[in-house]
Amino acid sequence: MTDKTAADAHVEPRAEPQRAPRPSPGLIARMSRARPTKPGEIYGVPGHGNTLWLSAFSIGLFFFVWWGVTAIGWVKPLFIPPPMAIVTKFISIWNTGFTGTPFLEHLSISTFRVFSAFILACVIGLPLGLAMGMSPLMRGLFDPPIEFYRPIPPLAYLPLMIIWFGIGETSKILLIFLSVFAPIVLGARAGVKSAAIEQIHAAYSFGASRWQVMRYVIMPSAMPEILTAMRVGIGFGWTTLVAAEMVAATKGLGYMVLSASQFLQTPVVIMGIFVIAIIAFAFDLLMRFVERRVVPWKGRM
Amino acid sequence: MGLTIENVSVVFPAANGRPPVSALSEINLQIDDREFVVALGASGCGKSTLLNLIAGFLAPTSGELTLNGRRVEGPGADRAVVFQKHALLPWLNVIDNVAFGLQIQGISRAKRYETANKFVGLLGLDGFQKSPVYMLSGGMQQRVGIARALTCDPDVLLMDEPLGALDALTREKAQELILNIWDNTHKSIFFITHSVEEALFMGTKLVVMSPRPGRITHVFDLPFSRQFLDGQSAREVKAAPEFIRLREDVLKIIFADEEAAA
Repeated sequence: MTDKTAADAHVEPRAEPQRAPRPSPGLIARMSRARPTKPGEIYGVPGHGNTLWLSAFSIGLFFFVWWGVTAIGWVKPLFIPPPMAIVTKFISIWNTGFTGTPFLEHLSISTFRVFSAFILACVIGLPLGLAMGMSPLMRGLFDPPIEFYRPIPPLAYLPLMIIWFGIGETSKILLIFLSVFAPIVLGARAGVKSAAIEQIHAAYSFGASRWQVMRYVIMPSAMPEILTAMRVGIGFGWTTLVAAEMVAATKGLGYMVLSASQFLQTPVVIMGIFVIAIIAFAFDLLMRFVERRVVPWKGRM
Repeated sequence: MGLTIENVSVVFPAANGRPPVSALSEINLQIDDREFVVALGASGCGKSTLLNLIAGFLAPTSGELTLNGRRVEGPGADRAVVFQKHALLPWLNVIDNVAFGLQIQGISRAKRYETANKFVGLLGLDGFQKSPVYMLSGGMQQRVGIARALTCDPDVLLMDEPLGALDALTREKAQELILNIWDNTHKSIFFITHSVEEALFMGTKLVVMSPRPGRITHVFDLPFSRQFLDGQSAREVKAAPEFIRLREDVLKIIFADEEAAA
């Protein structure tokens, strides 16, 4: 019994501070404190959570404010036409075309330019990037020119393209090609480094040749990086489209936007921007889908 | 015949202003057929270097390795490696991972699935043939790695801390599994571990290594794996007084090395 009381006497003073009332935290402390999200996920990775509804809200708010400022008349339609004017413009261009060319032809010629440049960049860029990743010779030869031109804005070398390749399709597709090419080469090159040394050693220990190691280990493990590079690359392609259609084009979405701007047809400009954005976004969704199907293991091993 | 390592030294040349490193010095080791050799030692003692030499990923600076009378000149299918982790191919399912070595050797799909299925069954992975490997637990992934190493019927199995990434319970089960497979397949095994208990329990020969320069300081013959395979339980074997005595002796050696290094 004496032992027990002694133990109690020890416990008592230690329990004391817990009973003291805690100072209530200030507003900033409460907001910056880690907050439980789901049971079992308390103090989880920052940035966790679904953003679908917030994104929908953000888009809705954007259109509401746009509609609001035009309906009240704060901004002249020349600067910001009301959303409905864009829709009406879209319908009229869909029905009657723009500068004598049907809308779908503008759309298809631009899509053709971007995608043929993209495919060309993949066909040349992916093997070149893989070769640069695997061979110091190839890296030494091709790294300087690619790193040299990569940061230059396409508009800066557009005149050269026209002087060298004329004002036809070649210079347009080449300009887009160049902007897609660099990210694809660099992505494929970085992808080569994705394979773990253990995976490579495992293949060699079964008697694999250098070629088999590339075919069965290096290339599949580079796939996630390659797909990301393709996504980034086509994004650059759409970015360059308008620049490519600046000179001597009579068709295309970029041409449509530029020539409309010269006649202050703001609704057509905005409509063209939306059409480009929607196509680019749709293709990005497709690439994400492909990514989930082709490399479901990405980041999981 | 087996594997013979004679007077092998490895010196990594000076780089970035650091002096040359003597990773292994005058190693002599014989791994006979059906022998289970375990290498143990403080980190930096060169046990992984030794494994890489046997695998053929690394060439000795001096000395010679011979396997069944043939000189080791590079990696080859007569020696298979089981790695600690990161060695499976996540884009392949279980059966294709197990059959990977056979695929490299150009064996037809039907034939390699037949062989692979045998080892999938032996490792208790039946029913998981089509599962993606990244969905499996660490223990199951390791069993896939072992099955893959066995498919090409190697003479020597090289295991580089194969159980190091597993939790304690899974690890003990995996030890028993490996011993049973060793007993059934009659392979020789070279096994690296950090765990003294694991080393004593599994090996027929224990090689204790010491760092700077990496060298073999002690060799023990071990009876414990035989006791387990003859029917004693693993816990019984590991709790026996002679097991504990040897465990303490080996620990003393390793701690002495660690202190000498510090």
